[in-house]
Amino acid sequence: MTETTANGQPYLRIEGLWKAFGDFLALKDISLDIHDGEFVCFLGPSGCGKTTLLRAIAGLDLQTKGQVTQAKKDISDLPPSARDFGIVFQSYALFPNLTIKKNIAFGLENTGRSKPEVEARVTELLDLVGLPDQGAKYPAQLSGGQQQRIALARAIATNPGLLLLDEPLSALDAKVRVHLRHEIKELQRKLGVTTVMVTHDQEEALSMADRIVVMNHGVIEQVGSPTDVYREPATLFVADFIGEMNQIPATAGASGRVTVGTSEMICKPHDFGNNAPVIAAIRPEDVIPHGDGARSPGGEDVIATPENAFEVTVDEMEFLGSFWRCRLASERFGEEELIADFSINAVRRLELATNKTMIIELPEDRLMVFAPEDAR
Amino acid sequence: MTDATALPDGPVIKGRLSRDDVIMRLGMVVIAIYLVATMVLPLWAMLSKSFSTFKFDLSGYEIQVSDEAGSFEGTILTPAELNAELGVLELGDLDAGSDSRMGLTQFFPDFSFRSPVMYRVRNTTDAGRFLVGSELKTGTEWIELDSNTFRRVQMRPVKSTGLGNFVSYFSTPALFNSIKNSLMIAVISTVITVTLAFWFAYALNRSCMRFKGAFRLVAMAPILVPSLLPGIALVYLFGNQGMIKELLFGASIYGPIGIVIGSVFFTFPHAFIIISTALAISDARLYEAAVSLRSTPWRTFWTVTIPGARYGLISAAFVVFNLVITDFGLPKVIGGQFNVLAVDIYKQVIGQQNFEMGAVVSVVLVVPAILAFAIDRLVQSKQVALLSARSVPYQPTTNRKADNIFLGYCVLVAVFIVGMLAVCQFAALIKFWPYDLSFSLKNYEFDRMDGGGWGSYFNSIKLALLTAVIGTCVIFFGAYLVEKSNGFKTGRAIFQMFAMLPMAIPGMVLGLAYIFFFNNPANPLNFIYGTMAILVICTVTHFYTVSHLTAVTALKQMDREFESVSASLKQPTMKLFSRVTVPVCMPAILDISIYLFVNAMTTVSAVVFLYSPKTTLASIAVLNMDDAGDIAPAAAMGMMIFYTNAAARIIHLILSKGVLTRTQAWRTR
Repeated sequence: MTETTANGQPYLRIEGLWKAFGDFLALKDISLDIHDGEFVCFLGPSGCGKTTLLRAIAGLDLQTKGQVTQAKKDISDLPPSARDFGIVFQSYALFPNLTIKKNIAFGLENTGRSKPEVEARVTELLDLVGLPDQGAKYPAQLSGGQQQRIALARAIATNPGLLLLDEPLSALDAKVRVHLRHEIKELQRKLGVTTVMVTHDQEEALSMADRIVVMNHGVIEQVGSPTDVYREPATLFVADFIGEMNQIPATAGASGRVTVGTSEMICKPHDFGNNAPVIAAIRPEDVIPHGDGARSPGGEDVIATPENAFEVTVDEMEFLGSFWRCRLASERFGEEELIADFSINAVRRLELATNKTMIIELPEDRLMVFAPEDAR
Repeated sequence: MTDATALPDGPVIKGRLSRDDVIMRLGMVVIAIYLVATMVLPLWAMLSKSFSTFKFDLSGYEIQVSDEAGSFEGTILTPAELNAELGVLELGDLDAGSDSRMGLTQFFPDFSFRSPVMYRVRNTTDAGRFLVGSELKTGTEWIELDSNTFRRVQMRPVKSTGLGNFVSYFSTPALFNSIKNSLMIAVISTVITVTLAFWFAYALNRSCMRFKGAFRLVAMAPILVPSLLPGIALVYLFGNQGMIKELLFGASIYGPIGIVIGSVFFTFPHAFIIISTALAISDARLYEAAVSLRSTPWRTFWTVTIPGARYGLISAAFVVFNLVITDFGLPKVIGGQFNVLAVDIYKQVIGQQNFEMGAVVSVVLVVPAILAFAIDRLVQSKQVALLSARSVPYQPTTNRKADNIFLGYCVLVAVFIVGMLAVCQFAALIKFWPYDLSFSLKNYEFDRMDGGGWGSYFNSIKLALLTAVIGTCVIFFGAYLVEKSNGFKTGRAIFQMFAMLPMAIPGMVLGLAYIFFFNNPANPLNFIYGTMAILVICTVTHFYTVSHLTAVTALKQMDREFESVSASLKQPTMKLFSRVTVPVCMPAILDISIYLFVNAMTTVSAVVFLYSPKTTLASIAVLNMDDAGDIAPAAAMGMMIFYTNAAARIIHLILSKGVLTRTQAWRTR
C-alpha cells in the first residue's frame, strides 16, 4: 500500500521542516511524504519530536522553517482553523458540559447543514463508533474507551481529509487499548481517511500502521512498513527501540563478514571497512537451537551455515507463557550473554535445562551489523 | 541520515493569523490598555508627583520703590536681599505646594496701601511668575503698580524635580513616626489574628466538636462590613461613655489598642480561610506514623501539623499584615491622635491639600505593601503538591475533653465577632446612648445627617452591581485571553504582570493616583472624574488581582486542547467560549461577582478621594457621619451594608445552586 496511491503526488508533503525552541532543535530537517488513504505512525521515545511534528502539521505549533503541503496546497503558515484535519488528543478533550450528541454536533453546526441533517449525521457517527444509545449522556458518564470513541466520532464528523491522532490510546488500560487499536484501524480502513498517529508504543505502531516513521532526537531514523522496520532496521536505534535485539560488540570484515570474539561469521551485507568496530545484532527469536551437535541425528537438524554455529551453555531460563527466554553464555562473548527465545516445542525436543550445553546458529540473513555510534 | 545540527539560514515561518487570533489579540490589547489607563498611568502620575517639589525663589523677583512723587530712583531690590536684612522668613518657610502663593508686602515693614508710593515688580528670569490679583505675570518686563495693587501681588513657587519632598518627609518627626506606628500595629495585629485564626481553624478541621457549620459562618461575617464598623463598635464598648470601658483600666481605646482590636476583627476571616485551607489538606498517614512511633500529641503537633500548615500560616500572616497596614477606615475612626500611614495620606490630601506630601506618604506605604505581597506570592508558588494522590485525608477522632475546650474557645471568638456586630445594631436602634435607651428608628433617617442620606446607600448598591457585572466580564474575559490565546508570549507576560499589580497597591494610593491622573484637565479621560464611572473603574481595578487569580485557576482546570479541537472543527473560539468555557467556569464566575459586590459595598480607601456630591457612598457615609459625631447613624448605615451583603451572599448561594443544577449536570455521574 505504501507507494501505490494516485498519480504519484502525495497527499501530505513535508519538506525541510525545522522547529527550534530557543536553542533546542526539536525537529531537524524533516522531509516526509504521506499518501492518500495511508495510515502512518510517528513512533519514538518521549522527546523525539513526534508530537511536535504532528502539531506542526495541524498548525497548532508552527514550525520554524520548512514547508507543509496538503492536497497540493501550501499550508505552511495557515492557522489550524484554515486547515483541513480532525484531531483526537490523549485527553479526549471532550466538552464536559455538552452531551455526547452535542459534542459530536459541535463541528457540524454553522456549516450550512440543516438541523435534521446534523441530527442524522450524529446518529450515523454514533452507530459507526458502536455507541448508538449513549447520545444523551455526558462525557463523564462514559468509560475512557467510550470517551475516546466519541472524540474520534467528533473528529471525523465533518469528513476531514486528514485525521490526526495524538497518543489516542495511552490513557487507557491495556485490554481496552488492544481492542480499540483494532477498531480504530477498521474505521480508518472503512473511511479511507489519511491518518497520522503519534505513539510511543511500538506494538500499537506495528499493529496499526501502513507505514511507520521512527524518530529520535528530532530526526527521522527510518520510514518503512511495520515488517520492514522490524526485520530490516536501518539503524541500531531502530533495531533497539522496536522489539528485542541482542547487541554484541564486534569487528567488521569484508561485506557480509563480521568477527565476533574470536570467530568470523557470515552476516548480512554491509559497507563497513575492514576492522571497523561495529555492533553485531540479532533478535532473540531468530536464534536457531540445535541440540548438542554430537548427538544430533543427521537429517532434520541441519546446520545451514557452520561458520555461524557454536556451543553455548544455558545460564538461565525464564518461562514467558508462549515461549522460553534463555540466557546463553559462550566464551566467544566473554561477559556478554546472548538472549534467545525458544519455542516450548524446541525446549521439550532438545531437553533444554539450565547449565546444559547446546549448539546454536545465528542465521546469516538475520545477523545484522550496525555502526556503534548510532546507539542511544 | 542527514546529520543536520544547525538551523539553515532564511526567513522563519510566520504564521498567518486566523480571525480568532485577531479577535483575541485585539481583546487582549483592549484590556491591557484598560489596565494601563486605570492603573499604570495613574500610579506613574503619583510617583512623578512625589518627586516634584515647589519652592519660593526669593531671588527670582526684583522690586523698585518710588518716592512719594512717583519717580523711581531708589535701588532695585530682590525679596531675598530684603529677607536677609529683615529675617521675616526662615528657610523652611519657602517650601511650598503646587498651589501656594506668598505676598510681597511682608518685606516692607512700612507698607501702607494708602501710601502714594508706587512699586515696580518684575521677574528676573523667563521662568519666573507672580500674580497680580488673579492675573498671572511672566516675563521680565517691569510692571508698575500703586500701593493698593501691590498689596495683591503674590509670588508663585517654582517647580523642580528631586527628592525634596522625601527629605522634608523624613525630617518631620510627626510624619515619619507614622511608619513606626503603622509597622507596629500591623505586626501586633498579625500575630494576634494569625494565632486566633489558627486555633479556630484547627478546632474546625481537627476536632469533633459540634456546630462547625455555624462557626464557619460566623467567622466569615466580618468580610461583609466595612473595616471601620468595628471601630464604631469599640467606641460604644470602650469609648468615653463605653458600656464596659472599665475593662481597659483607664487606657484609651482611641489609639493603638482600638486599632489592633478592630484589625483583628476585620482581618480574622481572611486569615481563617487561608489557614483552614492549609489545615484541610493533611495526610492521615503522617499522623498514623507518628502514633506508631509513640510520639506525644504535643510533639506530633510541632513536627507534623505545624510544618504541614506552615505555608498557610506564612501566607495568612502576610495577607493580614498587608490588610492592616493599608487600612484607612479603622484608624480614621478609632485612631485618635495615633497617626498611621494610610490616614496620613488622607490628612495630607483632604486636610492640608498638600498633594505632593500625600504622594510621598503613598510611596512610603507602597514599599511594605509590595514587600508583603511579593513574599506572599513567593511562598504560594512554593506550596505545591503537599498532597499526593496517595494521601489519605485526616479524620479527627472524638476526644470529649479536647472537643469541649475547642468548643469553648470557638464560642469565645464567635461572641467577639457577633458581639461587635450586635453592639452596632443595638446602638443603631436606640435613641441616645447612654441617656435614653428607648427604641427608635430615627438613626435610620439618613437624609437628615451628613454623608448623603439614603442616596448614598442606593449609590453603593448601584456601584456594587456595576462593579460585579462589568468587573466580572472584564476580568474573566481578560483571564481567558491570557490563559488560552496562542503565541504573543511577551504580550501575555506583561498582561499577567499588570493583572498582579493591583494587589500590591493600597486603596488609598490607588485613589490618590486617580486624582492625579484623571483630575488633570489635560487628560482626555478627565470627563469621568466625579462620576459613577470612575468609582466603578477604580473599584474593579482595586480588586482585580484576586478575581483574576480565581478566573485563571478555574481556566487552568480546562483541557488545554479545547481551543485546538474547536479550531480543527472550524468553529469560532467565541462559540467555544460561550458554549463551553463560560458554563464550565460558572461557579468561579459567580464567586468573582460576589467578591466584587461585597468589596464594592465595603470599600472606603480608594473611593474616599473620588466620590462627588452626586456619588456619595454608604461606606463613605459611615465615615463622614462618624466624623461629624453622628455615631449611631454611622452604625446604622454600617449595619445596612452588613445586611445588604448578607442578602447578596444568600442570593448568590441560591443562584449558584440553580445555575449549578442547570449547567453543571455533567459533574454528577
